[in-house]
Amino acid sequence: MPEKSDLPAAMSGISRRRRPPLAWVGNGFLIIVAVLAAYVLVSNLAKNPIEFLQNVLDGLKLGCVYALIALGYTMVYGIVKLINFAHGDVFMVGAFTSFYAVSQFNLHQWPQMLFPAIPAGISLVVGSFTVILLSMVVCTLLAITIERVAYKPLRDAPRIAALITAIGVSFFLEFFGALQFVFSPRFIPYKSPFDTTAWYIQGGIHPIVSGQSSPDNTISFSNIFLIILVASVLVQLFLQFLVRRTKIGVAMRAASFDKPTARLMGINVDRVISFTFAIGAAFAGLGGVLYAIAYASIWTQLGILPGLKAFVAAVLGGIGSLPGAFVGALIMGQAESLTMSYISTPMRDAVAFTILIIVLLVKPTGIFGEPAGEKA
Amino acid sequence: MKRFLSLTAIVLVLMVAVIGCQQAPKVLKVAVLAPLSGPVPTFGVSTRDGALLAINEWNAKGGVLNMKITPVVEDSQCTPDPAVNAANKVINQDKVHYIVGEVCSKASIPISEIANAAKVIQISPTSTNTAVTVDKSGATKAYIFRACFIDPFQGKVGATFAFNNLKAKNAFIMFDQSNDYVKGLAEAFEATFTQLGGKIVGKESYDGAKDTDFSAILTKVKGAKPDIVYLPDYYNVVNLATKQAKAKGITAPFMGGDGWDSSDLDTKASDGGYYTNHYSPDDQRAEVQNFLKAYGAAYKDDKNNPKVPDALAALAYDATNLLLTAIKNAGADNTDKVKAAMEGISFDAVSGKITYDAQHNPVKGAVILKVTGGKVTFNSFVAP
Amino acid sequence: MELGYLFTTILKMALLVAWIYGLLWGLNKKEIWKKALTILLAFGVIQGAFLLQFGDYAVFSAFDQGLLYQAVTMAMVAMGLNLIYGFNGQFSLAQWGFYGIGAYCAADITYRWTNGDASGLFVLGIGVVLAALALIGVGRLLRLKRGIPVLSAFTFYLVAIIIVGFVAVFVGKELAAAVDPGFGGRGAPGALASPAAVQIVFFLSVLIAGAFAAEVSFLFGLPVLTLGSDYFGIATLGFAIVVQTMMVNSDTILPFPEMKGGRGMIGIPKLTSWIAAFAFLLMVVVIVRNFIRSSTGRATMSVREDEIAAKAMGINVAGSKLMAFVLGSFVAGIGGGVYAHYIGFLSPSTFSFLAGFNPLIIVVFGGLGSMTGSIAASFVWIFFLEGFLRVLLAQMGTDAPTWRFVLYPITLLLLMLIRPQGLMGSVEWGFLRADRIIRRLKGNDAAQKGQA
Repeated sequence: MPEKSDLPAAMSGISRRRRPPLAWVGNGFLIIVAVLAAYVLVSNLAKNPIEFLQNVLDGLKLGCVYALIALGYTMVYGIVKLINFAHGDVFMVGAFTSFYAVSQFNLHQWPQMLFPAIPAGISLVVGSFTVILLSMVVCTLLAITIERVAYKPLRDAPRIAALITAIGVSFFLEFFGALQFVFSPRFIPYKSPFDTTAWYIQGGIHPIVSGQSSPDNTISFSNIFLIILVASVLVQLFLQFLVRRTKIGVAMRAASFDKPTARLMGINVDRVISFTFAIGAAFAGLGGVLYAIAYASIWTQLGILPGLKAFVAAVLGGIGSLPGAFVGALIMGQAESLTMSYISTPMRDAVAFTILIIVLLVKPTGIFGEPAGEKA
Repeated sequence: MKRFLSLTAIVLVLMVAVIGCQQAPKVLKVAVLAPLSGPVPTFGVSTRDGALLAINEWNAKGGVLNMKITPVVEDSQCTPDPAVNAANKVINQDKVHYIVGEVCSKASIPISEIANAAKVIQISPTSTNTAVTVDKSGATKAYIFRACFIDPFQGKVGATFAFNNLKAKNAFIMFDQSNDYVKGLAEAFEATFTQLGGKIVGKESYDGAKDTDFSAILTKVKGAKPDIVYLPDYYNVVNLATKQAKAKGITAPFMGGDGWDSSDLDTKASDGGYYTNHYSPDDQRAEVQNFLKAYGAAYKDDKNNPKVPDALAALAYDATNLLLTAIKNAGADNTDKVKAAMEGISFDAVSGKITYDAQHNPVKGAVILKVTGGKVTFNSFVAP
Repeated sequence: MELGYLFTTILKMALLVAWIYGLLWGLNKKEIWKKALTILLAFGVIQGAFLLQFGDYAVFSAFDQGLLYQAVTMAMVAMGLNLIYGFNGQFSLAQWGFYGIGAYCAADITYRWTNGDASGLFVLGIGVVLAALALIGVGRLLRLKRGIPVLSAFTFYLVAIIIVGFVAVFVGKELAAAVDPGFGGRGAPGALASPAAVQIVFFLSVLIAGAFAAEVSFLFGLPVLTLGSDYFGIATLGFAIVVQTMMVNSDTILPFPEMKGGRGMIGIPKLTSWIAAFAFLLMVVVIVRNFIRSSTGRATMSVREDEIAAKAMGINVAGSKLMAFVLGSFVAGIGGGVYAHYIGFLSPSTFSFLAGFNPLIIVVFGGLGSMTGSIAASFVWIFFLEGFLRVLLAQMGTDAPTWRFVLYPITLLLLMLIRPQGLMGSVEWGFLRADRIIRRLKGNDAAQKGQA
């Protein structure tokens, strides 16, 4: 082991002006990797463009789900620099809330039950929105409670203490939820407020009837895919607007930049932080409901992996940046889908993380990340 | 330091007093090791419920050999370390001589080594890996039994049925690379199916603990146009995959193993599918009907309706009954005698008549069930 | 009522912590004979407890012994992580991956050996030595030109390692074939299959496992350590997941049929005895302590405090980061080797990323920057979670065990709220205690540690 290892040029500021020697070796290495990946993709695109497009669509769906969760991660991180591991579990609670609302109380049909005259379609739309709203509210309350009980007392403690607390909260939600009288540990088939239908494109859009085959070599998509796509874009735009154009958004940015100064400027930083948690959790709740409708199976540990992937997506995009989280999530979705289709299914996660590491090596703070001014 | 010493002394005295006071009443302890937390708590709860039901029934009948049976439930998390701790704890602290469990092979294998060394009888209800009852040199572990099929049998039954009865020529296999049960079934299916003359048109793996989106695999399935898709995973994965397959317009029927058996199976999505199982709830045999009734009376679901047992509950129930019957036949709380009694047992269990082969695997038949019209119906019976 | 077990479990926890205190206190003595006596006593006390039995009641039953071995391996992993995170400030989640690499690596060597195949030992042994030489050699060469970008350096190292790997496989296989007759035939084991030889191979395998983990961590750490803290954290998490994926596919993608992929590797000889576990723990404690007290160690800590100031003082920031990372992984690899031979069965699920939070929790529990804390917390954590809670809940009915993982996070939360700096803060005991200057230096940062 070399004791005084040779060190990266970036570290020794003297040689910044000069082009570092032998840089071509590292770049060549990266280029070879990139060319290989591009070759695999292009050759498959040429072989069967429709199937390729289908895989891209599937990846898009996955990416949009990640995006909904990643936005919450990135907002909380941007302000309190905390990896909120409980976020994925808030997402799970959102899914369960909607499940109980629909299966026990038929909440998705309330307009029709109260006013039988309302057309079924409108009733369903209004009812489904109510279910989603309820989940968002429950998640918001839960997140605020978590923030007050578990994170707030630790605001001045070392950052890692809050991280461990977050892991603790996450475990607690998972295993408390798994108790028989809470959510039960089962994998529960989700009762969706509305039916999912799929269509295929072949000279027009035709619905796929369950149990019947669709023609080969066509692209299929489902209504829930469209909803997820639209929802994630809308949420993205809304959050952009919130952060850029509103007063609270300015406060959020100020708090994220420099908390003590923000306090001096008369910003109630604690309230801003609570608000951030709340808004992140609300959209996690939305994501939870849409996720449950799309995949139709819920259990108490359902939030762990989407949560993790979403966080990775947020990091990939440059954590703290909203568009970054969105773009990162889309890349993660594509990476998974395309790797699974064209490289190797078992190595999917390995490839996804390799992409992550390579992107970080080229751009150390993620795609949209701001250059590290502060010591993160 | 002095204070510390005196404190220690006091605690020691207390401890000895407590231990000294213990009287050993005539009870028979049976440990139930199940993954009550960890990645698959739902399997653990089913297993525990099935085993406890059997114990309660025996206790209601007066116990075994005039001894009341006390269950010792431990959480083994479906993970080697906690499983080893749980096994060590019940064997060394609770002085248990009989273990029912674990669910997962990766937990049952380390438990079996400990149990076998301590001459404690272990009967695993659902661990299908051959290494549970057989050590690496191929010798049978004397004190270890199981109540389920091993992987090769079920895969073989499935493949034979698909090829002969369903006339399937091309099969696509989807399997969980990290789950030995699923992997084992898939391998057995592949071997038998190709041997019969069928063709495997595709084989794709996923990670059941992580994946919820099977779109990419299903796109490949659609392209390969198989006559049947073999997906021998648990119902939770089956629900996800079959639903997504329907949305992709895949009409080839899915087929699987006993992991499908659950009241939570999405019968709408898996409509037209087949699976191999230990028993059919339609079976009119008294063992089956009594079990269904007793289970439904003992456990309710969240709407307070009688719960329908899944395969894990049925096998845990069988395993416990097998064990207690063997103890009764042996006539003594002596693991060597019980072991011999186990080897010679012939028991009418919920999952059929069970006898043991030389490797302590049960010899029993399988049934094939079909999912149609939102119901699971009996299709055919396959003798061992 | 079996209240006795509860008392004894708590008592055992307290006594083990006292044992750690005693060990560290004794090791701190100047005279060699006192150190030796302490080691002997510390070893003997526990070994004696293993043997002590009152009628039906074993003082340290197989249950407690199992917990003890787990605590020892966990202590090693935690100390490694503390070195990386607590002392060097690099938030790493890869520790669990290196632990897994060590476990599989050591297991493979002894598994093959006990099956009459020396190739594992030779290939890996030669590979590890050659790779170390190659890394040093390439490092020397690269130093001739200043300011080579890290990726280029990485490429050179990678190519060197790949070449060395091929050489090692070739030479190792040849050598293994040459010594093959030494194993003897069936029924007539030769000299190499004797228990003594197996014990030696076991010790070597654990050391090789550590070195192997260290070399992998060098290759991985070289480029990745340039990332900022949370980016680094996620990259290392990715590493842990990639390692687990490799384990799951060890029989299909990797060419190791004996590891049996997701089914788990069976038939690893259970060679970890108390003397082995204790010896390795002691070794790790000594290595870590000497590192921390060396000038390199102090440089490492200064990097945690302030990278820019450290650089201004002429400290090789990237070098000391890499040093801590590699040493931490080495320790984790050793822990893995000990663990594999204790449990005798390896399954990839043991090395899942979720379990990978455990060492992190322990390190924070014990106190970042307190090695004593890491050791004590490992023991307390295992004996609390797997010992105390298990014993307690099993007596409260058949429903209670489901509550184990509800009570655990609550305890975690309470502890963090009450003592966010961990049980020990940055206090060290006896042997591990730093010089006075460093203690003052540590006191300064108590407020901002980990903040960054």
